[in-house]
Amino acid sequence: MSTLLQVEDLHVWFELPDGGELHAVQGLSLGVGTGERVGLVGESGCGKTTTALAIMGLLPPTASASGRVLLDGKDVLAGGEATIRPRRWVDVAIVFQGAMNALNPVRTVGSQIVEALELHGRARGGAARARAAQLLESVGIPAARAKRYPHELSGGMRQRAAIAMALSCNPRVLIADEPTTALDVMVQAQILELLDALCRDFGLALILVTHDLPVVAQLCDAAAVMYAGEIVERGPVDALYHDPRHPYTRLLFAATADLDGRDAPVVSIPGAPPRLDRELVGCPFSPRCDRRFDPCGTLRPALRALDDGHAAACHLNGVGG
Amino acid sequence: MTLLAVEDLVVRYPVPRGLVGTLARRPRLDVHAVDGVTLDVGSGELVALVGESGCGKTTTAQTVLRLVDPVSGTVRFQGSDITQLGPSALRPLRRRMQIVYQDPYESLDPRLRVRAAVEEPLVIHRLGSRAERAERVRDALARVELSPPELFLDRYPHELSGGQRQRVAIAAALVLEPELLVADEPVSMLDVSVRAGILQLLDSLRAGGLGILMITHDLSTAARFADRICVMYLGRIVEEGPASEVVENPQHPYTRALLSVVPSRDPRRRRRPQILRGEAPDATRIPSGCRFHPRCPIAIEICPQVDPQLERPAAARSPEHRAACVRA
Repeated sequence: MSTLLQVEDLHVWFELPDGGELHAVQGLSLGVGTGERVGLVGESGCGKTTTALAIMGLLPPTASASGRVLLDGKDVLAGGEATIRPRRWVDVAIVFQGAMNALNPVRTVGSQIVEALELHGRARGGAARARAAQLLESVGIPAARAKRYPHELSGGMRQRAAIAMALSCNPRVLIADEPTTALDVMVQAQILELLDALCRDFGLALILVTHDLPVVAQLCDAAAVMYAGEIVERGPVDALYHDPRHPYTRLLFAATADLDGRDAPVVSIPGAPPRLDRELVGCPFSPRCDRRFDPCGTLRPALRALDDGHAAACHLNGVGG
Repeated sequence: MTLLAVEDLVVRYPVPRGLVGTLARRPRLDVHAVDGVTLDVGSGELVALVGESGCGKTTTAQTVLRLVDPVSGTVRFQGSDITQLGPSALRPLRRRMQIVYQDPYESLDPRLRVRAAVEEPLVIHRLGSRAERAERVRDALARVELSPPELFLDRYPHELSGGQRQRVAIAAALVLEPELLVADEPVSMLDVSVRAGILQLLDSLRAGGLGILMITHDLSTAARFADRICVMYLGRIVEEGPASEVVENPQHPYTRALLSVVPSRDPRRRRRPQILRGEAPDATRIPSGCRFHPRCPIAIEICPQVDPQLERPAAARSPEHRAACVRA
């Protein structure tokens, strides 16, 4: 199976007001196939949202990017806006954390979806309204609510409406950036169930961007753990939990409270991630790592394949930059 | 003696009708934010108040601190009724009960250095000489493990990480040496890697005798760190008991549903989530009988008629376990 969406060696820099540069994404590669669900996991500032925006070609003007974003093997990033525009929303769509910000507050949710359909030439007039109603139904919003304004909907319903809008052009890849972070647990469960059904029923590929490891463990097939702008480990979620090969992955799981094994100590990771506005020397995680040894302070480990799609950037698996 | 005893607390907020609504004589509506809550916190005890947004957990905490006035019910602090105290009588009490908010990015004044932020409560309460205050500020920073204090005293909030900011906020609450601390979602805005540190800090303060009322929507955190858990739904506590009992042997269908949707970090443990449909009804229209009955998966005929009280369920293993469900 050829990979539907493949990101290769993505770098993103942000210009800083003081003239410096922040190297937010530092050579990231990631792929997702039809119907596959991949988690992109990390803490604030690790570059996961920047990666998502880069894939969508939605980086702000202060950012510059290099690398390739291949869709069906064709680079959509190289030609800038001209090559990415026809693909955005059509092949790859994104849902953001704050659905309120993604929706226009002065238009009804139905009319916003109709607008998206008309803009992309998918349908017009009555046909567009019928399709909008159908899209809303498919995400669990009764079609009668198409006439509601965003503020008249609950947080969960707004997130559903944002998902319906993202799906309006039948994309094959959906990027969901912290789709449930602002929601209550029960509503979170409803949205996750919806995303699960969309992947299963329509073969939608999902990139779930989140800080929430348990959500990824339950919903995704595979995940990539990001730290300081790079992927430090990736693999099937089962391998990441049961056989983590990077200390950060292990510690991140151990820092997560869990209903099972409540007596196990919950750890915190001392220190803070490195600043990304200067050159990193050695392993970016080494100052906080409980397993660091000689080469970690000087040699930056490369992401190396281990087995079965499992890869990690850690000298413990064999020293090598 | 119980540190904090809340009995049958009721808090309502009127919904503004607006001019048109008033002229049209639309009925007055109240948000029944807290609708009969009874709750204790002992010294050296951490009680978690768990529920979804809008269930009244934050209003309960604000009323306990007398930041919001109840319609009825009593709040006792160390045995004395503080429900009716006026502002001047409350002032000496304020320093014995403190609050830490969810978002340390919002709760700290960006223009105050750590030293000034932690000292401010002492200045407001006119406590100690300048030298004594400086000493207490250093002690408070040491208690929240920001040490050596010299490293942090002159920093501004923007120079600190999220976890460090929350520690400063806790230090500012502790500097008055309160007996009760209300922690309103103390870690939900923080990165996963620093959450445990803050929770362990609260745990050690609890072990030192502080009574803590922690408001959270996160059952796995409550299960790990609380002595007791109270589950709230639409202004009522629907289940309460020792944390392990509530988590391992839940008796109320709402608690069971909440527990079932907590995702496990182990991909091999796929729980069968029992997803409740819809969202909690708004608190202006509390359903008749059991307020949970419209969403309850096990509701029976009498549920819309009978408003169940907190009682010891038949299957309870602890004498302190209570649930408000006719089927428990």
